[in-house]
Amino acid sequence: MSRSLERIPWWRDRRVLPWIVQGVVGLTLLLVIALLLGNLVRNLTAAGLLLSWRWLGQPASFDVAESLVPFDASMPYWRALLVGLVNSLRAILVGLVGATLLGTAMGMASFSGNGLLRRLARGYVEVIRNIPLLLQLLFWYFVVFLALPNGTAAFQLPGIVLSKSGLYLAWFSQGFSWQGPELVNEVWRAPLRLSVEFSALLTGLITYTGAFVAEVVRGGIASVPKGQWEAATSLGLHWSASMRSVVLPQALRVIVPGLNSQYISLAKNSSLAVAVGYVDLYSVSETTLNQTGRALEVFLLLLGSYLIIDLLISAVMNGVNQLVQIRER
Amino acid sequence: MRPSPRWLVALPLLLAFALGGCADDGGSGGGVQSVKLSTIRGRDKLVCGVDGKLPGFSFLGPDGTYSGLDADTCRAVAAAVLGDPAKVEYRDLNSSERFAALASGEVDMLARNTTLTLSRDSAGGNGISFGPTTFYDGQGVMVPVASGVQSLKDLDGKPICVESGTTTELNLADRMREQSIDYTPLKFQTGDQTYAAYLGGRCVAVTSDRSQLAAKRSSFPKPDEHTLLPVVMSKEPLTPASINGDPAWADALRWTVYALFQAEELGITQANVAAKVAEAEANTNQADLRRFLGVEGDFGKQLGLPADFVPKTIAAVGNYGEMFERNVGTGSPLKLERAENRLWTEGGLIYSPPFR
Repeated sequence: MSRSLERIPWWRDRRVLPWIVQGVVGLTLLLVIALLLGNLVRNLTAAGLLLSWRWLGQPASFDVAESLVPFDASMPYWRALLVGLVNSLRAILVGLVGATLLGTAMGMASFSGNGLLRRLARGYVEVIRNIPLLLQLLFWYFVVFLALPNGTAAFQLPGIVLSKSGLYLAWFSQGFSWQGPELVNEVWRAPLRLSVEFSALLTGLITYTGAFVAEVVRGGIASVPKGQWEAATSLGLHWSASMRSVVLPQALRVIVPGLNSQYISLAKNSSLAVAVGYVDLYSVSETTLNQTGRALEVFLLLLGSYLIIDLLISAVMNGVNQLVQIRER
Repeated sequence: MRPSPRWLVALPLLLAFALGGCADDGGSGGGVQSVKLSTIRGRDKLVCGVDGKLPGFSFLGPDGTYSGLDADTCRAVAAAVLGDPAKVEYRDLNSSERFAALASGEVDMLARNTTLTLSRDSAGGNGISFGPTTFYDGQGVMVPVASGVQSLKDLDGKPICVESGTTTELNLADRMREQSIDYTPLKFQTGDQTYAAYLGGRCVAVTSDRSQLAAKRSSFPKPDEHTLLPVVMSKEPLTPASINGDPAWADALRWTVYALFQAEELGITQANVAAKVAEAEANTNQADLRRFLGVEGDFGKQLGLPADFVPKTIAAVGNYGEMFERNVGTGSPLKLERAENRLWTEGGLIYSPPFR
């Protein structure tokens, strides 16, 4: 009786021991982190590289090729970085839409009754998926787009000109006057212009990510039981109608989570823009880094920006995922 | 063809600083203390950052060896420190990578046609320690002859190709802003991409150091179809560099390059250096020559280098004039005049302070 009431010593007490172990591990971890941080600050100070953000306000004194935000060389670095960020976002957003459309079409085509279409879709996925994106970008830019004719030899349709320097479109300019592309001093000018750099990047990103999206879509559609197809067909629905109204809504539950990671990799891959001369966030950061020498600050900004972009994409996709899940009634 | 290793530059840099020991905290006392010099001796190899794709400066030939003025500078330093010009490990770096590679200690020095500027030199900027300038250059513009472009004004509204992360990029912006010329800068990460876009006809002009334009033109399929505009947009003193914070290593680098200049001034060449050493050893009254060649005095020791580092260096690469002629001079494919790069005695800017 007295034995069972005897207090258990703490070194054998299973209620205490885990806390002690956790405490020791936690404390050691904190100490190591503190040591590393202290070392970091001390060495950075010694090397004169301690974080400083004043350079953001200095004039950038470099130009950028294209920008949605007004920019010139006398504006500060933060403005240049903003230009890069906006350019990156532009490529990412258009790329997301394009890759989704192309990928969905190709994923659906791999279930088509038309053998040629089915094989084309399979071929596209297998070829594009297995070639590094950087090579594809260089191919689109240097081989395809730079082979376009220039000046008066450019492809011309009413309101549209496609030349080596870009795609020029007619649009309203200065109020409501409709303005078409025109050749001034051997250079095309138009109210709306997509540079070849942007076009090459976009083509590369869309075809590359499209292949992965196609696979996700194909997997999603394949996950829908065959009976659903047969039920739809027995109701007299055509292939496209059964796909649209019966199969796709169910497939979306499988597709959406898979799309999330493809979208995130598209956003990250957009930083390869620098290879084809498009001024994205990474390109501007690189110039900034070289002019200011603030490597750590610039990279922290870069890492932070891409992290936020990717987390935003994830958040939106999680929202979409909630929408397409089965709602119990 | 590098996908995106530069993402990773920041991480090792941070790690290096976080984990970096405190070995050099108490570096004081007699003699020459240099972490870098002992590191180089320890690994018995000099790691030298070069461009690697620029004929005349540093170019990896089909036989797997590097040639050029910058590559020879690496060789000269290896000969001075390790006694053997072959003990160099070259690292090809693009313009954007070079300073991070130097700061993180991935390379011991840069001989990579790098322009000396205030912001690169200063501790508050890139914090780099520059040696003596080995090539005085200026920024130029190359255009296809067929384009009919004669001056910067003719480039109004046109795209111009430029390598990103260079002084060239900034000078271009400055000059064009001065003359209010509207232009589109197309920036590429590597020289290869820049010149490929130019040759692909995307840009009407490409801008860089005049020597680099001449070098790249020499490797074009049809060099005669391209011409340099008669404008010099900037001063570009191309200078080897080491990292701030190791003054002894910076001094060793500096005086090795000065030795190349001084040797030309004294008429010591790769061919006659052995004879000159014998001559200095025989004649005790030729004090200047004896000190320079390390026969008497302790210049080598003061720098933390072997006593005979000068004759070793000259025997390895020759004097500055020989290096110039061999790599970029009238006898080379680049066919550049000495111009500003003559010795000061001939009216140029190449000048070594006294070895005393």
